[in-house]
Amino acid sequence: MKGFNVEEIRKDFPTLMQKVNGKPLVYLDNAATTHKPISVLNAMQDYYEKFNANPNRGAHFLGVSATELYENARERVRQFINAKSAREIIFTRNATESLNLIAYSYGMKFIDEGNEIVVLISEHHSNIVPWQKIAHMKKAILKYIYLNHEYRLDMEEVQTKITDRTKIVSLAQMSNVLGTIFPVKEIAEYAHSKGAIAIVDGAQSVPHMKVDVQDLNTDFLVFSGHKMLGPMGIGVLYGKKELLEKMPPFLMGGDMIEYVEEQTTTFAELPRKFEAGTPNVEGAVGLKAAIDYIEEIGFENINEQEMELTAYALERLREMPHVKIYGPIDLKDRGGVISFSLEGCHPHDVSTIVDTCGVALRAGHHCAQPLMKYLKAPATSRISFYFYNTKEEVDIFIDSLKRVRKWLGYES
Amino acid sequence: MNLNELYTELILEHSQSGHNRKHLDHANCSERGHNPSCGDDITLELICDEEGTIKDASFTGSGCAISQASTSIMIDLIKGKSKEEAEKLADIFISMIKKEITDDEELEVLEDAIVFKNISNMPPRVKCAVLSWHTLKEALKNKEKS
Repeated sequence: MKGFNVEEIRKDFPTLMQKVNGKPLVYLDNAATTHKPISVLNAMQDYYEKFNANPNRGAHFLGVSATELYENARERVRQFINAKSAREIIFTRNATESLNLIAYSYGMKFIDEGNEIVVLISEHHSNIVPWQKIAHMKKAILKYIYLNHEYRLDMEEVQTKITDRTKIVSLAQMSNVLGTIFPVKEIAEYAHSKGAIAIVDGAQSVPHMKVDVQDLNTDFLVFSGHKMLGPMGIGVLYGKKELLEKMPPFLMGGDMIEYVEEQTTTFAELPRKFEAGTPNVEGAVGLKAAIDYIEEIGFENINEQEMELTAYALERLREMPHVKIYGPIDLKDRGGVISFSLEGCHPHDVSTIVDTCGVALRAGHHCAQPLMKYLKAPATSRISFYFYNTKEEVDIFIDSLKRVRKWLGYES
Repeated sequence: MNLNELYTELILEHSQSGHNRKHLDHANCSERGHNPSCGDDITLELICDEEGTIKDASFTGSGCAISQASTSIMIDLIKGKSKEEAEKLADIFISMIKKEITDDEELEVLEDAIVFKNISNMPPRVKCAVLSWHTLKEALKNKEKS
């Protein structure tokens, strides 16, 4: 891998260098959130030390600088996902807020009784619950596309569920539970052929692979900064300009207006129409620094490292008795997220026991209860990689996992 | 954290033993309790006689070793007790976990359930331990109303 040295990279991440429970931290919960490199932390501190002003208002030096930094971050995001215009980039708190914005603004205006909203059974609650709400309010129908036995999509099932009555198709590009990468480009194309719009939840994909909104031809893309080295509290909504322009504002207040009379208001142009209140400049600055870091490492290197770890972890897990993996075994169109169960052991016990070895993993339903029901699994354990993880960490994780059944009173 | 303090023999025995895990055919009180965030999900069933004595109790469901053991140990404790006594025990147990009662003598009435005392040092596991006791309190409260 060109210029990729994982040990050198890890030195950029102060949190990764610490010990927990007396052991070196083995952080395998990157699908929940990632750690932050020094450059991101410095960028945010720098912003508060040198600028700190409310952007978009006031003609003083600091105010102008803060506006510039905020808009530079927007432009950086535009380049990163190859949007046509920076006006198509709306800053939100996170992917969840972005999806809520689309649901309440686009959904409330354009969904009518009897229309269909289609999602995958593997969606995160953030891509289910807002649509349930819209469906209830508008007497529309929320439909699920189910997965095949390899945890992947059959286009036949997609074509059965998306019909002429479908108005919205919303799906995650990569499942946060299964690691499956779904063919969003094909699905968006099919949705368009039926007159529906396509929404891509990129919370799990954007941090790990090149996502080009023009190539995917998706109508909307949402993602969170904190899952890609950035700070918590900054997220992105990309939307095609012609759609965003037709949509009513989601939150009302300062910054998103043009003229306010006693009883009426005209709204600002994009993107400010959707950014009411003082924006998160610190977060935008941190996100920009995160994108700079990611692009310096390069998606080719990121993918190579993550796939090597995923292949190795799958191989080691499959050697273990009592382990069941939920997700594709085939590495094609698969990311570095592995869910599994250990026979006779509840994931919460697994998590507590491996934690004593310094291993951080996720236990539970991963905010995807409908999927867990569909898989007939009450809960699973999950490991998820980022490029800063190592093979040695996989070994430590496997060794810690081997201890679990003994602690819970099993012979082997 | 010391795993020996958490996964004691008593807890493992109860989490794996099925002696309280069954349906009661003639239950006259039943209550579901769950921790949605981790997947613990139990249903507690009771048979209370007219004097208000808990004649029999059982549970079904699934969850982690801590939640399952805590449920089973609680059932052993409340069988044969009056509803008021059972409610009092649940309050004492919850106070122990909250560290409101720390005196071992005062906790003696909890018998085997005192084994969960150290859970209060493990915030993520507290809700596993208290699930069944909260469920019991709900069950008794709803029984009162009916």
